[in-house]
Amino acid sequence: MTGNRNPLINGLLKLHITLCLIFIFAPIAGSFVFSLNSDRFPSLPLGSFSTEWYRLIWEDPLVWAGFFNTLLVGACVAAIATLLGFGGAYTDFRYKFFGKPVYLALALLPPTIPVVIMGLAMLAFLSRVSLSGNVISVIIAHGVMCSPFAMAIIRLRLSQMDPDLEAAAWNLGGNEWVTMRHVIIPFTKPAIYAALFITMAVSFDEFAVAWFVSGLNETLPVKVLGFLQGQVSPRINAIGSLAFVSSISFIVIAQLLMRNPESKPS
Amino acid sequence: MLDTPIVHFDNVVKKFGSFTAVEKADFQIARGEFLAIMGSSGCGKTTTLRMLAGLEDPTEGNILLDGEKINGKPTWERDTPMVWQSLALFPFLTVQENVEFSLKMRKVPKGQRRERARKWLDRLGILEFADRNISQLSGGQRQRVALARSLVTEPKILLLDEPLSALDAHLKVRMQSVLSGLQKDLGITFVYVTHSMSEAFSMADRVVIMSRGKIEQIGTPEEIYREPRNRFVADFLGSSNVFDGSLKSSGNEVWQIETEHSSFTLKAPSEVQKTDGSPVAFAVSSENMSLAAIGTPWAGNSIEATVVGGEFAGASATVFLETDQGQELKVQKGHDELKTVDIRAGQKLLVHWLPEHCHVLPGE
Ligand SMILES: Nc1ncnc2c1ncn2[C@@H]1O[C@H](COP(=O)(O)OP(=O)(O)O)[C@@H](O)[C@H]1O
Ligand SMILES: [Mg+2]
Repeated sequence: MTGNRNPLINGLLKLHITLCLIFIFAPIAGSFVFSLNSDRFPSLPLGSFSTEWYRLIWEDPLVWAGFFNTLLVGACVAAIATLLGFGGAYTDFRYKFFGKPVYLALALLPPTIPVVIMGLAMLAFLSRVSLSGNVISVIIAHGVMCSPFAMAIIRLRLSQMDPDLEAAAWNLGGNEWVTMRHVIIPFTKPAIYAALFITMAVSFDEFAVAWFVSGLNETLPVKVLGFLQGQVSPRINAIGSLAFVSSISFIVIAQLLMRNPESKPS
Repeated sequence: MLDTPIVHFDNVVKKFGSFTAVEKADFQIARGEFLAIMGSSGCGKTTTLRMLAGLEDPTEGNILLDGEKINGKPTWERDTPMVWQSLALFPFLTVQENVEFSLKMRKVPKGQRRERARKWLDRLGILEFADRNISQLSGGQRQRVALARSLVTEPKILLLDEPLSALDAHLKVRMQSVLSGLQKDLGITFVYVTHSMSEAFSMADRVVIMSRGKIEQIGTPEEIYREPRNRFVADFLGSSNVFDGSLKSSGNEVWQIETEHSSFTLKAPSEVQKTDGSPVAFAVSSENMSLAAIGTPWAGNSIEATVVGGEFAGASATVFLETDQGQELKVQKGHDELKTVDIRAGQKLLVHWLPEHCHVLPGE
C-alpha cells in the first residue's frame, strides 16, 4: 500500500489517522479510566484504583432492570429486524415490479429520519394503538429502525450470488421453499449472522427513540440519562464502559462474519 | 410410446412484453438425438431452452415432453436438468454435495445418494475431487461437476446452455468429445445451445439455426451446409456467395437466371418449382469459385470483379472481391491455385464457377 509514496505524505497520513482515532477513543478511554478511579469527580490527578463504582452498579437493581430490558429488546429486535431485512432484500433480489425504486427507498429510509422525529412519531402512533410505554413498544420502534441495516447487509450478500443459482436448484428438483432452505439461506448465512449482531448493537446503543416510547421499561441508555439528570456519579463511567465493550463486541463479531463469506459454513 | 418424439414444440411463441423472443417454434426432437440450437447472441436460444426446462412459460402454443403437455408444470416437477452457461454450481457445497443435490431434493436416502453421486464423479473422472470446494477446481473440472450434477438422476433428456463458452480452445475440443461420447453411451437426448458453428456441426445429429427469434432451418449439419434454405443461413455459414435474379427460362435440365450482373446458368433443382419470371436467389460456395485473368475463355458462369484484399490462413486463402455493381464476393482457394493469378488489390479478375455448383435457396 505504501509503495513509492512520498515519506512526508506518508507520515502526515499516519498522523491524521492517529489523531482521528485519538479523537474518537479518548473520551471512551477517559470514561474507562475514571470508572476505575476512587474519586467522586473526574479530575486529575487520579485518586486510587477502585472497583467501587462497578460494585455499586452491580448492586443496583435499577441498573439490572435496564440491562435486562436492553438485552431482551436487543435480542427480539435482532430477530425481527433480520427477518424483515431478509424479506426485503430477497424481494429486491428475486422480483422485478413496477415502483421498485420507490419500494427500496421507503424500505431503506428509516435511518435517515432524525431520531427525535422518529421517536415522536412512534410515540404518537403507538399510543394511539395502545402499545406505548412498554417493552413491546421499544421492540417495535427499534425493529423499524434496525431492519434497513439488516436489509442492506443481506442485500449486499445476495448481490454476490450468481443469479442462476436459485433457478438451478429449482431445475434440480427443489421447490421454492426447499430452495430457500437449501440454497438462499446457506448462501446468505454469514450476512444473516452479521445482520443479527449489527442490529443488536444498534438497538443496544439507541437512546432517543427508546426514551420516547419506553415509559417505565427503560433500556440502559435511557437509564444513564436518568442518572445524569439526578446526580453526577462515576457509576455512569462504569455503565458506559460496559455498554461500550458489549457493543464493540457485536460489531467486531459481525465484521468477522462478513469478512470471509466464501468460507464454507459447517 | 417409443416412437413419439421426446419433445414437441407445437407453434410455441414467447413474448416479453411486446418483444417477441421466440416466434412460432414448431419442431420435434427424437429420442436419443443430439440436437444443437445455434444462432448469434440474443436470438432466443436460451429462451427456447428455458421454456423446455420450465423456467419460462410459453405465451402461445404447447410444449410436449414425452407426449405429455407440460405448459405450466413447474421446473422442479419435470425431469429436465440443465447445464448452465454460468454452470451455477453451489459454492457453499462440496463437489460431492453438489452432485447429490438433486437426489436430496428427491428424498433419496443418504447412503444411496452418496453411492450414486460417486458413481457419476468416477464416470466423469473427478472422483478424487469429491470433497473439495468448487472454488478449488479448474474450469474443466467444474464443467464435469456440472455435468455429473445434472446426470445423476439419469434423466431422459439433458439441456445444455453454451456449456463450453468459458473454456479455452484446447479444453473446448476435449470437452466436446467427452460430451459426444457421453451422449452416445447414455443414449439420452441432448439439447445443446451454442453460438458456435463448429461446436454445433461437430457434435449434433441435427442443428436448428435461429435468428431473431425465428427458426431459419433445421437439418443435419450436412444438409444445412450443402443446401442452405435461405439467405440468412447461407450468410451465417459464412462461406457462400448469394446472387439475386429472376427466372428467365426453366428447362428440365438447366435454368437461366437473369441478374443485374449478367445471365447465369444453373442445374435445374428437383425440389423447387418456380414459374418463369419469378425471383430466384442462389448460393455458390466460395470453395467452388475459381479465379482467372480477364479474357480467359470459360464455358460455365463467370463475372468480372476487382480484388479488394485477401486473408491468408493455413493451407488456403480467401480472396475478397467486388463486382462493378457493388456485390461482394469471396473465393476460397489453396495457395497453389492462387499462384497462377495476380491477386493484388485493385486487380480485375474473372470469377467463374460451374452450373452444378449453384444451389437455389428454396426459402427465398
Ligand atoms: N426475462 C426477460 N425479459 C425480457 N427480455 C428478455 C428476457 N429474457 C430474454 N429476453 C430477451 O429475449 C431475447 C433472447 O434472449 P436469449 O434467449 O437469452 O438469447 P440467446 O440465448 O440466444 O443469446 C434477447 O433480446 C433478450 O434481451
Ligand atoms: Mg443465451
